[in-house]
Amino acid sequence: MSATTDYPEFVEGLSFLPGRKKKGSPSTSSGRAVLYAVALLIATPLLADSNLPPAYWSNRQLPDPKEEAQAQALMEQLRCLVCQGQSIADSDAELAGDMRDLVRRRIAAGEKPGAIRAWLIQRYGTWISYKPTAEPAAWPLWLAPLALLLIGAWLIRRRIRVRGR
Amino acid sequence: MSRAIRFAPLIVLLAIIAALVWRLATPADTEVHSTLDGKPVPVFDLGEILPSKPGLSSRDLATGQPHLVNVFASWCVPCITEVKVLQSLKARGVHIEGIAIRDREQDLADFLARNGDPYERIGNDMQSAVQISLGSSGVPESFVVDGKGVIRYQHIGPIEASDVPMILGKLEQAR
Repeated sequence: MSATTDYPEFVEGLSFLPGRKKKGSPSTSSGRAVLYAVALLIATPLLADSNLPPAYWSNRQLPDPKEEAQAQALMEQLRCLVCQGQSIADSDAELAGDMRDLVRRRIAAGEKPGAIRAWLIQRYGTWISYKPTAEPAAWPLWLAPLALLLIGAWLIRRRIRVRGR
Repeated sequence: MSRAIRFAPLIVLLAIIAALVWRLATPADTEVHSTLDGKPVPVFDLGEILPSKPGLSSRDLATGQPHLVNVFASWCVPCITEVKVLQSLKARGVHIEGIAIRDREQDLADFLARNGDPYERIGNDMQSAVQISLGSSGVPESFVVDGKGVIRYQHIGPIEASDVPMILGKLEQAR
């Protein structure tokens, strides 16, 4: 994929950039380069989002505190699909906002958090949920503390024996 | 302490370094694959976004013909190049349906006027609800849906010109 053939207008629009300038004193062009670099640093990624207003319930709490608490607890355990590693409660991505809207709507409609989680897992796999499952793949996670405790006990016992001698 | 045990920390360190080097050399797959592959399209009914084009519902996908469902948006940069590839797929008789994510009528009309319009229908998914119900995590993404409305393949990212034979193959298998 080459940018020049696919985005002719885009590249034309970039002709004001220092590298593409035909003439100009070196001092102003390097000053401009710094200016553009700074502008790039503070720029928000405009092209990655629709910039339309967020969904109604994405940044609004449910009127019932009990329902809101349920929704909040669930949202903290759901992984954002865009900023992987953040929960949808923490993420500013538009898709995370839409997912918060979905969670709050369903909680308000009386759906159980477990059912909403299951619905999402059906679509995205267990990956979407931060709550550890009891699947065989997660067994080492559950067994590791026990194994470490046993190893620790064995080490201590050996030490005590050695000292006792 | 025996001699072998003295080297244990070094061996553990080497094992950790080997694991890190291996992960750096072969990065993990960060794409989120829909687990609906092989399952029927969830029931949905999206209204129209353009007055000139009907909306899209799950019933429109179970017509006996395979469809390519494209999740896209006018604000999505890779979609600009993808829509040209979709045009060539349309020229080969592929039924292409669109789901427009968080889009505005005027923006979408401009996008299609500028880049071409391969879509038979376009559903208006303002709150990404159908996108989420499909297990899709971004734009653009495409789903090959067979004549019974079952998802046969999910393509993450833009369909490039080099993907055309593969996509045509998937559509042929879905026939």
